[in-house]
Amino acid sequence: MDAVLLLEQLLNSLQFGLMLFLLAAGLTLVFGIMNLINLAHGSLYMVGAYLVATLANASGSFWLGLAGGIAATIVVGIVLEMTLIRRLYQRDHLTQVLATFALLLMANDGVRMIWGSQPINTPAPGGLAGPVELLPGLSYPAYRLFIIAAGLLVAVMLYLLITRTRIGMQVRAGASNREMARAMGANVRWLFTGLFAFGAALCALAGGLLGPLLAVQVGMGESILILAFVVIVIGGIGSVRGALVGALLVGLVDTGGRTVVPWLFGALMGPAAASTVGPSVASILIYVLMAAVLFFKPQGLFPAHG
Amino acid sequence: MAETGNAQPAYRHPRSLLEHSLQPFVALPLLALLVTLPWITHALDADFYTSVASRMLILALAATSLNFILGFGGMVSFGHAAFVGVGGYTVGILMMNGLVSGWIAWPAAFVVAGLFALMIGLVSLRTRGVYFIMITLAFAQMLFYLMVSLQQYGGEDGLPLASRSRLGLGLDLARDTQFYYVVLVICTLLFIAFTRVLNSRFGHVLQAIRENETRMMALGFRVYHYKLLAFTLAGAVAGLAGALLANQSSFVSPALLNWTESGVMLVMVILGGVGHVYGGFAGAVAYLLIEEISSGRTMYWHFWLGAILLAVVLLAPNGLLSLLRRKERP
Amino acid sequence: MKFKNMRFVAAAAALACAATTTLAADQLKIGMLTTLSGPGAALGIDIRDGFELAVKHLDGKLGDVDAKVIVVDDQLNPDAAKQAADRMLKRDKVDFMTGIVFSNIMLAVGQPVFNSETFYISANSGPSQYAGEQCNPYFFSASYQNDQLDEAAGQLVTDQGYKKLALVAPNYPAGRDHLNGFKRFYKGDIVMEEYTQLKQLDYGAELSKLRASGADAVYIFLPGGLGVNFIKQFSGAGLGDDMKLFAPGFSADEDVIAAVGESMVGIQNTSQWAHDMDSDLNRRFVADFEKEYGRLPTMYASQGYDAALLIDGAVRKVGGDLADKDAVRTALESAPFEALQGNFKFDVNHYPIQDFHVREVIKDDQGRVTNRLVGKVFENHRDAYVEQCKMPS
Repeated sequence: MDAVLLLEQLLNSLQFGLMLFLLAAGLTLVFGIMNLINLAHGSLYMVGAYLVATLANASGSFWLGLAGGIAATIVVGIVLEMTLIRRLYQRDHLTQVLATFALLLMANDGVRMIWGSQPINTPAPGGLAGPVELLPGLSYPAYRLFIIAAGLLVAVMLYLLITRTRIGMQVRAGASNREMARAMGANVRWLFTGLFAFGAALCALAGGLLGPLLAVQVGMGESILILAFVVIVIGGIGSVRGALVGALLVGLVDTGGRTVVPWLFGALMGPAAASTVGPSVASILIYVLMAAVLFFKPQGLFPAHG
Repeated sequence: MAETGNAQPAYRHPRSLLEHSLQPFVALPLLALLVTLPWITHALDADFYTSVASRMLILALAATSLNFILGFGGMVSFGHAAFVGVGGYTVGILMMNGLVSGWIAWPAAFVVAGLFALMIGLVSLRTRGVYFIMITLAFAQMLFYLMVSLQQYGGEDGLPLASRSRLGLGLDLARDTQFYYVVLVICTLLFIAFTRVLNSRFGHVLQAIRENETRMMALGFRVYHYKLLAFTLAGAVAGLAGALLANQSSFVSPALLNWTESGVMLVMVILGGVGHVYGGFAGAVAYLLIEEISSGRTMYWHFWLGAILLAVVLLAPNGLLSLLRRKERP
Repeated sequence: MKFKNMRFVAAAAALACAATTTLAADQLKIGMLTTLSGPGAALGIDIRDGFELAVKHLDGKLGDVDAKVIVVDDQLNPDAAKQAADRMLKRDKVDFMTGIVFSNIMLAVGQPVFNSETFYISANSGPSQYAGEQCNPYFFSASYQNDQLDEAAGQLVTDQGYKKLALVAPNYPAGRDHLNGFKRFYKGDIVMEEYTQLKQLDYGAELSKLRASGADAVYIFLPGGLGVNFIKQFSGAGLGDDMKLFAPGFSADEDVIAAVGESMVGIQNTSQWAHDMDSDLNRRFVADFEKEYGRLPTMYASQGYDAALLIDGAVRKVGGDLADKDAVRTALESAPFEALQGNFKFDVNHYPIQDFHVREVIKDDQGRVTNRLVGKVFENHRDAYVEQCKMPS
């Protein structure tokens, strides 16, 4: 395995991890501050991807589609929060599981009813469709570089938002101790709606960005949802910083597993066997990682609760 | 706003906390209906539905085993489907190697699943709340990916079973009606055992632990051991359900162990009524009935299933069976 | 108590409703179990549409009997497929089954279908198991054996002189079959052999490895949405400048072209059928398909159409009497229909003996990117497993 391959894989894992972070950030805030298990978070990602893809194809401009799709998903998130999610804060986690699972089912078929069962394909925006030569011998798709840049930008913005603004402070206070935050005057109701909508926006951004790379299809949220939960448990529920670190770790293990393990096993068991074992071992490693983190740091790497 | 951070349901039984009766007024008509079901389906020329009923009973058994630790033990396990899958694969792998006898394979499924539950419980039960949920999920996913990677057992494509298990005694389980009765007998016996355990000292301790774990520890009970025993038993019963399920579909696949299946099982229990004796049964039957009826009507039946579940959440917060209880309150 | 009674009343009502569906007489019921969701959706949809167009051309009948096509989505999930097949066989009591796209589903569902003595007419899936050791009197393929397109491609690539090949396929029975088929006829070096996940959409890791491998050509077997994503990402990584891409027909078919676009021009692919084949039957099929569904048919559509014609021919030959299974089988074995691709007859294992051609993706005079028939690779080609078949009579 040469250095070029290794570098490319590192970039791939960075790209994957940053997109996972977008989902995990929203999820950890919702779970940490509103104490809401939201199994429909992946559905917001799916709906966001569909909206962005549809608007991009209709308008002919990827950027318009992205902006429009995110805005539309924010609206969906707000409506959802105000009608249904709001009623779940007081209920126990099991009821939240049931309700959001129901939402997940409805979202999957709802999307199918509106858009059909076939995946939607969007082209990458014109200038970014080809490769970029980063180093002699290392060409990397420009679009993936763009995703990495976008993800890093969002991470920085989130950091500034949470540590340098008043709202960010209220969010941190809420994550740390809800009662006290209330007592200090944070308007909880609007904060919650805003947080939920913000999570939806992040989901839509991830879904919209990944659209040209993957196919936009029904059920795309399920696999990434479970990884997002793993990430926030590793990172610490309620901590955005933890979500970033956790997501990058998971991205590393996943991409690494898919390449290193088959390479290791390939000599032993042949390419066919090695390539099924590879991704499975990678996935198992992710869960082993989570179990290990829970064992040594039961509250996650960066627990928000003081 | 009160802290709703616990993962345990917050409700109260109207009756005594510890009296869980089989409710003969319910149980006997129900049993009569189940016993005569094959005649009914045959009369309506709808024999196919006998196998649907077998499936319902098997899943009701699995859901009840989850209800045991969830509703009565307060342990929210998001990985229970893994034990069902382990039981199914035990039967499948044994059959692949020539062992077709149900008398060996089914108890083996029970024991193997129980062992996995013991190992997973040993580690998981040291955690609480949402971390317990996540860690049971993690272990289930590990088992899922393990089965996906084992190509000799079919991997992601699953393992077909050459035939149903053989029980001797002149029984041919390939006949749907006979299989149905075997399933019915097993489920009935286990269900009776379930209520017996609930009403025993062990069951009382378990429910007391659900109510207030700290107090029970202060009283000197070895809480961890009680929970571990309950978790192991539930896993073992789930494994037996898995063995029956593998027989019913003549097929096992890793999909059985996936987290979405555990989610469905949780949904069944919550739907039926967490902590109600018939909760697992009611939830499984309701869920599968909705699935069966609506999948015949429309391609988009998941939508209506979700809508009904939402309605239950909003109208019957403690599950369908709590609707009955409400009527009985003074 | 009341609620419980309600539940059982509902159950009884459901049973009664179900009962009525089994009473219809003198109707041919076709169970079409196919993939209508997920990345493979386009394939199942085409098979369904092709089949239904044939039924339409025959005035809603197959073999002069009113035909009812029951379409169910297998969701690319063997467990769901098994249950759906169960329902079709036991509740709906179908006379023929068809439609499965993916071979892992086929292998999960096959045995119960055969055990129930129902004929399965495959409109795509052609696993090697059913061509060889597990050949079954109730299985017929109206398409081809999985390996054959790849065998043709292997021959093509060898003829064109490429010496260092990379291979990519998903890891499931057909994936392995296909690459084995390619290797059977390819005479150069294989520098990379990569297996991906069946539902995998992101090929970043594989493309990195591809670049590092130094191959001068790459052969992929990636059906439907999988192929779309791979080819898009392949172009996006600029690999088209370094190596030539070959594919079996369906990875470069009209659906993939529609999704990927002009970057596909130049890709050569092998197929048993092409939409510009010169026969009245084919011209009518293509024209009506485009009129009815607004798109050009893919191979899957032609296979669905052929499957329907095969059933039609066989039922007509036995005069609508399906009770004598041996007679139906004999009728099917005689291939009593005109296939869209022309030359078609059955081998002893119920797989077709037919010709295989080369198509190239071109931009035609109207500026449309599409496939064009450019040559023939094999004539009367038999599959590689037929010798292992001892067909029980």
